Amino acid sequence: MSNRTTAAAVCEVRNLTVHYDVSATPVVAANEVSFDVYEGETLGLVGESGCGKSTTAMAMLRLLQTPGRVAGGSVNIAGVDIMRLRPAALRDFRWRNIALIPQGAMNALNPVMRIEKQLADAIAAHADTGGRQALRARIGELLEMVGLPADVRRLYPHELSGGMKQRVCVAMAVALNPPLVIADEPTSALDVVVQRLVAQSLIRIKETLGIAMVLIGHDMGLMAQLTDRVAVMYAGRIMEIAPTDILFKAPLHPYTQQLIDSVPSIRVKKPLRVFPGGPPDLRNLPPGCPFEPRCPKAITICRGETPALKACGEKQYAACHVPNTNRNNI
Amino acid sequence: MRGITKGYLIKRLTMLVLTVWLGLTLMFIIPRLAPGDPVAAMVSRLSAQAGRVEQSEQMIQAWQERFGLDAPMYVQYFRYLGNSFRFRLGYSMAYFPTTVEEMVMRAMPWTLGLLTIATLMSFTVGIAIGALIGWRPTPRVVRTLLPVSLCFTSIPPFMLGILLIYVFAFGFRVLPFAGAYARGVSPAFSWAFVSSVIQHGTLPAAAVVLTSMGHWALGMRAMMITNAGEDYMVLAQAKGLRPGRVFWMYGVRNAILPQVTALALSIGVIAGGSIIVEYIFTYPGMGYLLYQGIVNNDYPLIQGVVFVLICGVAVAVFIIDLLYPFIDPRITYERG
Repeated sequence: MSNRTTAAAVCEVRNLTVHYDVSATPVVAANEVSFDVYEGETLGLVGESGCGKSTTAMAMLRLLQTPGRVAGGSVNIAGVDIMRLRPAALRDFRWRNIALIPQGAMNALNPVMRIEKQLADAIAAHADTGGRQALRARIGELLEMVGLPADVRRLYPHELSGGMKQRVCVAMAVALNPPLVIADEPTSALDVVVQRLVAQSLIRIKETLGIAMVLIGHDMGLMAQLTDRVAVMYAGRIMEIAPTDILFKAPLHPYTQQLIDSVPSIRVKKPLRVFPGGPPDLRNLPPGCPFEPRCPKAITICRGETPALKACGEKQYAACHVPNTNRNNI
Repeated sequence: MRGITKGYLIKRLTMLVLTVWLGLTLMFIIPRLAPGDPVAAMVSRLSAQAGRVEQSEQMIQAWQERFGLDAPMYVQYFRYLGNSFRFRLGYSMAYFPTTVEEMVMRAMPWTLGLLTIATLMSFTVGIAIGALIGWRPTPRVVRTLLPVSLCFTSIPPFMLGILLIYVFAFGFRVLPFAGAYARGVSPAFSWAFVSSVIQHGTLPAAAVVLTSMGHWALGMRAMMITNAGEDYMVLAQAKGLRPGRVFWMYGVRNAILPQVTALALSIGVIAGGSIIVEYIFTYPGMGYLLYQGIVNNDYPLIQGVVFVLICGVAVAVFIIDLLYPFIDPRITYERG
């Protein structure tokens, strides 16, 4: 939310394209996705299920499972193109430079290993642990940072609640103090109270450690709370990318507008707007703008030509032929 | 908190005794439901052989007293229970003065030695093959070639046994085809005896290992594949751990859990021997003993072997139940 024009990018994603080879013609799950993540910044990646946000995240970690594969593009993290790393170098690079807070915290921890061991695993694979005492102290410190008692290290995953497990994952992600953490829907499948605890621990690591984060999710409320900038994805493409406050106040893309409108508010009583149609079938995309069939403002050109992402204001980019021009309120 | 409580141990021991008791009771009831009188049958068999038996009435009575069959049913039952728990299994009918416990004690070491080693080998090799086939980073060559080693699984053990005897005992004449040790060697802890035992055990063990390792491999492969989709496997990769560590501590360590239960059960069944393999190789173990009991209508002998089998399974399940919390921390006996 502060001025970031001077901050350096820790991660540059350029034209990242992911194919799923499920039929003769591959399904394009991420299409020419480009964005930067700046130092200490939290970038939100939002969109409906199946829009390619998790695919993009997994591609950035080179963890796509077959039949998914990166068909093109580069991901530069701390100046290294992760797509070009050989297996051993990739192993070294991971976690030290890019860590993951996984989606399903319920299952993200190995059920037969103590928490301590799983944290130690991540540390010992990349750094000198400095002896057992130092390692133990470090693990206790990490757990306390996310608001868990240090004793948790002696427990097994099944002895923890969902929120505790997710916070263990947060602690694990920051164990090596990486420049970038990818949080893949870290609060889904948790109840609101626990969501809040996890969100708080995310805010704390962001503020105290200054770690840049890519936060993936579909919860617009959480995005508003946690992110500095938001990228909106639809059908494997980035539709709009803008600083969070600008995006929420004056979205340019009709799709962004719909996403924001579909969040019910307690304070302002407004009719809940549910938008017809679902995410498009990626195997059979319409020509032109993928959002055109659901777009209330579509014009003829939208059906024929796919709009490119272009600057529509300071630090605000949208891929739309008819962006919202009603920008008087900022 | 974690682990085994005293209450659980007592409960589990009671269950163990109850299981054995139930098995014993069934073994007591079932033969007595069958029509006919074993002693009369034996005497009539004798008379058929000898043409005529003097004073067969007295003889039947004497034998019935000898075997305790003249007592009321409940006395027989409690005598039987008491004897069984003291491991007195009665006289063999076919080899009369020999007691069943003597025969069992003589056969047991052979079976335990042969089949425990064979089962553990089959488990280890099968699990290793299954784990490698079910592990995506395994080199393609290995993954293509390994399943070939499982073709023996589709051959029944008796066929494979005969095949092995034909090839190695009669064809190449490298290994003996019968018995547990060579005739000229006397059982002692000497190199001659030990090497003879190993030579004699190789073919039967190979028959068991080759035919059973496929089952372990297939089960393990399925578990590895299921396991590969778990989030902790993805996270382990994301953590940049060495592939070996991901394979062992995250993959195999989780996939092997159901296999361990199956191993405990098959270790328990070992006590009963492997009838077919021991018969083909005339290996003097429990399976061969059971076979002899069946062909000779030697009921006490059959009962004795089945009793040992029941105890074996019950004890193996008991032990694995006690060990399981250490293998899988999710299993606890807190509330027993």
